[in-house]
Amino acid sequence: MRAINEMKLVFKSRSANEGFARTAVSAFVATLDPTVEELSDIKTAVSEAVTNCIVHGYRESIANVYITAAIYPGGRVEIKIRDRGCGIEDIDQAMEPMYTSCPGEERAGLGFAVMQSLCDKVRVTSKPGKGTTVTLTRQISSRGGDNE
Amino acid sequence: MPVQIYHTEDTMTVLLGGEIDHHSAKRIREEIDDTAQRAHPDVLVLDFRDVSFMDSSGIGLVMGRYSLMQELGGALKVINLSGHIKKVMKLAGLDRLAVMENGGTGK
Repeated sequence: MRAINEMKLVFKSRSANEGFARTAVSAFVATLDPTVEELSDIKTAVSEAVTNCIVHGYRESIANVYITAAIYPGGRVEIKIRDRGCGIEDIDQAMEPMYTSCPGEERAGLGFAVMQSLCDKVRVTSKPGKGTTVTLTRQISSRGGDNE
Repeated sequence: MPVQIYHTEDTMTVLLGGEIDHHSAKRIREEIDDTAQRAHPDVLVLDFRDVSFMDSSGIGLVMGRYSLMQELGGALKVINLSGHIKKVMKLAGLDRLAVMENGGTGK
């Protein structure tokens, strides 16, 4: 199915950009006229994915984080968050609730669990040494919007 | 990130504000812990009334302060949670720690 609207974002993996990234994506999704709750859900899921790129993918070194977002007919939103960082050896383990690779830092290990409960679908592809892509899918109960 | 701290008798209240994410959580945590370790309150209250956004970093913040208060032999209370923040905390089962109050329970 062809997207009816798309956007791309590239920014440095500085933690200050976590707020920029989730706000930019939510502003894009806002063209669908979503509910406040839908927008908060998307903002939160994006924040988790971007934080993973910064904390885990790049381990606090500075490189590019890539986001693409697309809106499909019927109000389906697909957001890809990608880094070219260290990648994940064991995706199933990484997605387990409470698992964290850095327990000393007060990361709750709930990033993926939060993404999964706030989105309809979360897909993770990763190659050690090459990077990780997280694809979030969420249906918006579009009340019209002005994308068409 | 504005954090305001008030003391009344044995209670230390932290009025949180703005957006809580991985970027802001570190400073908030340090500020709370520095003060709590000096003040040794019986009750630490985290007031979320002015928090406009929170992701799982906020869960880490609450869980970490819960452990801190256990170490100090005190209790933790989390109050004034808006719908979204409550939802994120419930995902982590924080409602079962019985620290959520004043709109921290229910829906």
